[in-house]
Amino acid sequence: MQRDSDRPALTVSVAAGKGGTGKTLLSTSLAYALAELHPGAVQLLDADVEEPNADLVLPVQFTGTEPVELLVPRVDLEKCVRCGKCAEVCAASAIARIRQAVITFHELCTGCGACAWICPVDAITEIPRVIGRVDTGTAEGGIEFVQGRSEVAQQHTGAVTGAVKAHAKPDCITIIDAPPGTACPMQETVAESDYCILVTEPTPFGLSDLGAAVETCRALSVPCGVVVNRDGVGDAGVDEYCRRSGIPILLRIPHDREIARAYSRGRTLALEFPDWRPVLAGLFDSVAREVAR
Amino acid sequence: MTPYKQITVVSGKGGTGKTSVVASFAALGPDKVLADTDVDAANLHLMLHPKVNRQEQFYGAQVAVRDENLCTRCGECERHCRFEAITVEAVNPFACEGCGFCTLVCPRKALHMEPALTGDLFVSQTRYGPMAHAKLVPGAESSGRLVTMVRQAAEDLAMQDGRSLVLIDGPPGIGCTATAALADVDLALIVTEPTPSGIHDMRRVIGTAAHFGIPTALIVNKADLNLQQAQEAEGAAREMGASIIGRLPYDETVTRAVAAATPLVEFDPDGPVSQALRNCWSRTLELIGMQV
Repeated sequence: MQRDSDRPALTVSVAAGKGGTGKTLLSTSLAYALAELHPGAVQLLDADVEEPNADLVLPVQFTGTEPVELLVPRVDLEKCVRCGKCAEVCAASAIARIRQAVITFHELCTGCGACAWICPVDAITEIPRVIGRVDTGTAEGGIEFVQGRSEVAQQHTGAVTGAVKAHAKPDCITIIDAPPGTACPMQETVAESDYCILVTEPTPFGLSDLGAAVETCRALSVPCGVVVNRDGVGDAGVDEYCRRSGIPILLRIPHDREIARAYSRGRTLALEFPDWRPVLAGLFDSVAREVAR
Repeated sequence: MTPYKQITVVSGKGGTGKTSVVASFAALGPDKVLADTDVDAANLHLMLHPKVNRQEQFYGAQVAVRDENLCTRCGECERHCRFEAITVEAVNPFACEGCGFCTLVCPRKALHMEPALTGDLFVSQTRYGPMAHAKLVPGAESSGRLVTMVRQAAEDLAMQDGRSLVLIDGPPGIGCTATAALADVDLALIVTEPTPSGIHDMRRVIGTAAHFGIPTALIVNKADLNLQQAQEAEGAAREMGASIIGRLPYDETVTRAVAAATPLVEFDPDGPVSQALRNCWSRTLELIGMQV
């Protein structure tokens, strides 16, 4: 919510149904442009924990790291009476009793804790298992930067997303780079944002995935608007869809090989092209107006 | 040993061209079954125009439901839930993991678990062979299980029709849906792009496949956008044990083929990318002991 005109505190997530449409380009550029206007009041959270990339296009000085842990069961077979209640209550099939053995599958465990609670002889202790980490630091332009990173071959990355979001400060402008798609990781990231910017490209793929993302935002009750990236490459489908559905198109970024080339050298739009900074600040003003409506 | 082989096309990073590549490979031999496991952003159907033969609803997730008449607002559920999915006021179905812990701790038995609609599963026919695909319900959980359902349907089709190959369009990332799409396949075919993010994400997806003991192979898409990075990607992949299949050049015709909803090898059969795709496909099949 806008507290005063100097420090508009909003949490804005940047998502897209389709991958590779320019989420990270936009989130890093938006944060950079805003940090110039509001020094010390902008955060960038990279919540694409399966494939975190923001630091690859906006230089970051990392200063801290913390592990993200899930509590998983360890069974004391001396105490265990082989009653099988733990396996009965485990919805993730992460613990099984097979004849006289009790076996745990930690990679399937969601860390709910039901097995330890149900055990009648206290044979289960919960031990922390590292499933990812959160790195913190300062990104170019004085942006407070937070990045989640799941360990390879982890299925339940939600706790890493949660640990990233826990860094959001209510008195800051917080920009969140979301993972692609519309499934749990995207939902967990976007939920509770004041607004979600959906980045798309004007192709049938972009359009199809945009539709799914808009429906997901609506299910989460998060208002959304569209940024069309690589404008000019495809057809008019995205424009027509937005007009029909009453979704605002907030900004268009043209299809430009120079933008792509700078990006592939590790320099995001606002970093390489200063002319874009006021445009991106204007995008944020549009978002703030949409939220206020 | 199954009588058919399975290839999943993944990338780590989104938007590297997985679906365009799969659509073209679909249009080349041999007989195969197709599967789209990018269930929350499915696009392969836009290129292959499947005619749906069978559609079924899939209830993969469980969600806590409370009988508010029995509830005494004691707060036991809220104290025990580790996903912040339940308070004395309400259940948040988006946050609910489906673990059922709350139903165990409720002293009044006011909570129970109900199956939640995850998505629709489709079994279809295309010009290029039968196809299994799905659509996730907006806001639904358990997309990994829906991926497993699509894969099961595709394998059933392969058995029924005696097809020798299942070609799977995978999701981006390396989490729940990607691991479900990669489980037990004969080859993880990675399509990357020559950028720092492309290479970073490629490493993570090769690492994921390797963790599950799945052989990996690499195609660098849009390779001429940055030849140095293309080389770096291939070097890194080789070091991690992947086979290098080949490169595809950057060509705006690929986007036009998407707009025309036609596999590139049919849209522009003599173009440079189509030729490179045919070479890449032969080499991919060779790797798993098959021929076009």
